[in-house]
Amino acid sequence: MTTTSTAGTRRSSRSRLSRVESRQALGFMSPALVGLALFTIVPVGLSIVMSLFHWPAFGERSFAGLGNYVALFTQNPDFWPALRNSAVFALLYVPLNLVVALSLALALGPRIRGRAAFRVLFFIPVVTPIVANALVWKMLLQPQGLFNGISVSVFGVELPNFLADQNWAMVMVVVMSVWQGMGYNMLIFSAALEQLPAPVVEAARIDGAQGWRMLRSVVLPMLSPSIFFATVMTVITALQVFAQPQLLTGGGPGNSTLPLVQFIYNQGFKFQDLGLAAAAAWVLFVLIIGLTAFQFRAQKRWVHYEH
Amino acid sequence: MSTDRTEVLTAPPLAAAADPVPDAGPRPRRDGSGTGRVRLVLAHVGIVLAAALFALPLVYAFFSALKPNNEMFSMPPTLVGSEVRWSNFADVFAYGPFATYIGNSFFVAVAGTLVVLAVSTTAGYAFGRLRWKGRDVVFVLFLVTLMVPQEVLVVPMFIVMQWFGWVDSYQSLIFPFAFTAFGTFLMRQFFRGIPFELDEAARVDGAGPFRTFWQIILPLATSAVAVLAVFTFMAFWNSYLWPLITVVDYQSHGTLPIGLATFSGQNGTRWDLQMAAAIISMVPTTIIVIALQKHLVKGIATAGLGGR
Repeated sequence: MTTTSTAGTRRSSRSRLSRVESRQALGFMSPALVGLALFTIVPVGLSIVMSLFHWPAFGERSFAGLGNYVALFTQNPDFWPALRNSAVFALLYVPLNLVVALSLALALGPRIRGRAAFRVLFFIPVVTPIVANALVWKMLLQPQGLFNGISVSVFGVELPNFLADQNWAMVMVVVMSVWQGMGYNMLIFSAALEQLPAPVVEAARIDGAQGWRMLRSVVLPMLSPSIFFATVMTVITALQVFAQPQLLTGGGPGNSTLPLVQFIYNQGFKFQDLGLAAAAAWVLFVLIIGLTAFQFRAQKRWVHYEH
Repeated sequence: MSTDRTEVLTAPPLAAAADPVPDAGPRPRRDGSGTGRVRLVLAHVGIVLAAALFALPLVYAFFSALKPNNEMFSMPPTLVGSEVRWSNFADVFAYGPFATYIGNSFFVAVAGTLVVLAVSTTAGYAFGRLRWKGRDVVFVLFLVTLMVPQEVLVVPMFIVMQWFGWVDSYQSLIFPFAFTAFGTFLMRQFFRGIPFELDEAARVDGAGPFRTFWQIILPLATSAVAVLAVFTFMAFWNSYLWPLITVVDYQSHGTLPIGLATFSGQNGTRWDLQMAAAIISMVPTTIIVIALQKHLVKGIATAGLGGR
C-alpha cells in the first residue's frame, strides 16, 4: 500500500507524524468501528450462539448443541425443499438474467436511437420497490388477470393458474425476478462494452471477424471480467431471494416456491423458533461463501484479464 | 481470499469509471449499403418490441390503478375501465395510514443516507489517506464483513434490537444496516485516487486533518458521494425484509413497502388501491433514475457492488 509520496521526509518526523495520524485516524474511524461492532460483529457472534440454543421468541432458552442443525437436516419437513427451491431458482434465474441482460446490452449499440431512454426503461424495475413490482405481477398472473385474459379472449386458450400450479409457480417467480433484476446487469455490461478498446475491435474487424464470430472470439472474452463480476453478484442475490416468492405465492403451493430466506423468516418470526432460524441462516451463509469461493477458483478457466 | 475477491470484483467497474471512452464498442459497418440499413431498422424494431413487452406490466398497472375495483379482472381485459378514476389515488390515503408510510419511508431513507454518508466518508478517509498502524488489517476485517448478507444478520439483529429496546422504532429502521462496509470501501477507493500532494500542501498551510478532510478532500469527491447517496437512498426506500421483522405497529412506524401489502385483508384485496399505491411508491426512485440518466452507466460502474 502506498503512503504519501513526498520524498525526503525524515524518519523521526515520519514516525512522530504517523503516531499523530494514528490518533486522528481513530477519530475518523470510530463511528464506523462502533457501528460495525454493534451491528455486524455482535450479531454474527450472537447468531452462532443462537444456533446452538433452543431459542424461542418468548420463554425459556436451553442449550441444544448441534440439535438445531440436526433438526434442520433430518426432521424439518420444509428445510430440504427450501434448499432445493433456492437451488432451482438460482439455476433458472442466474443464466436467464445474464443472457437477457447481455443481449440487451449488445442490442443497445451506439447506433440505436434513444438508447439512453431504453436503458432507463430497462433499469426502472431495479430501483422501484420490489414489493410494488411483485404486487403488479401478482395482479397480472391472477386467473382473471391480463395474461390469461389475453390468451382466452384472443386465442381461446385457457392458461394454467400460474401462481397456484406446482410447476408454473416457480417459473413465474423466476420470470418476474428476471424482469425486475436484469437491468442492473444490463448496465454493468453496457459500461463494459463502452470500455472495449477500440483498436482491438478494429483489428479484429480488419481480420474479417464479424457477427457471431466477433462476439464469441473478441467481445465476450474481453467482457469476461464483467460477466464474472455479474455472475458472482447474481448468484448471491439469487440465494437471497425472498420478497418475490413471499408476495407472489407465499412460498406455495405447498412449499414448492419456498426459498431458504423465506424459510428462515418463517421459522424465526412466524413460528418463533429463532435458534432454528439462526442455524438455517448459517447454512445459507456457508452456501453463499462456498459458491463464491468456487467461482473464484473456477475463474482462471474462462476469465481474461488485461495485463 | 477476501482481498483477492474485492480486488477482482471492483477491478472492471472502477477501471471503467476512471477512464471513460464513449462508444468504443463494436460498430456496425458504415458502408451505407442496403443490408446495413435493413439490419439497423430490424434492430430498432426488435428493441422497441422488447421494450414494449418489458413496459407492459408497469403500463397496465398504471391503467389498472384508474379502474373501479370490480373491473380489475374483466374478461376480455381492457386497458381503460368504464370510468377513469383518478380518485383512486386519493382514496389510497383514506384507506389506511398511507401518508404515514410515505413520511416514514422518506424520513428513514434520508436519515439512513445521512448516517451512511457520514460514516463512510470519515472511515474511507482514514483508510484511504491517513497512515496508521494496523490499517490494512482493519481494512481486511471491514471487507470480510461485506460478505455477510443482510438475510443472515436479521435473526440475531432482532435480538440486538430487543437488548437496545429498539424493536418497532425509527432507530431500528435507520441504524442496523447503515454501517455496512460497502460505503467505506467505495469512498476509500475514490479518496485514494486524489493526489496526495493536496494533503501535504494543506498541512503546510496549517490545516488539521479534519479541515483537510472537510474543505479539501470531500469537495473533490462529490461524484462518489452522490453515487453512494443515491444508491443508499434507494436501498432504504425499497427495503422490505428488515422492516417486516422490526416494525410491529404499522400505524406509527410502517414504511411504504410493508404498507403496500396492507391492501389485501380478510375482506379480499382492494386491487385498485393497491395498484395506485404501488404506482405512487415507484415515483421517487423512478424520478431519480430519469433525472440521473446521463450518469447512470458511469454511476453503476462506480458503485459496482452497491445498491442491493
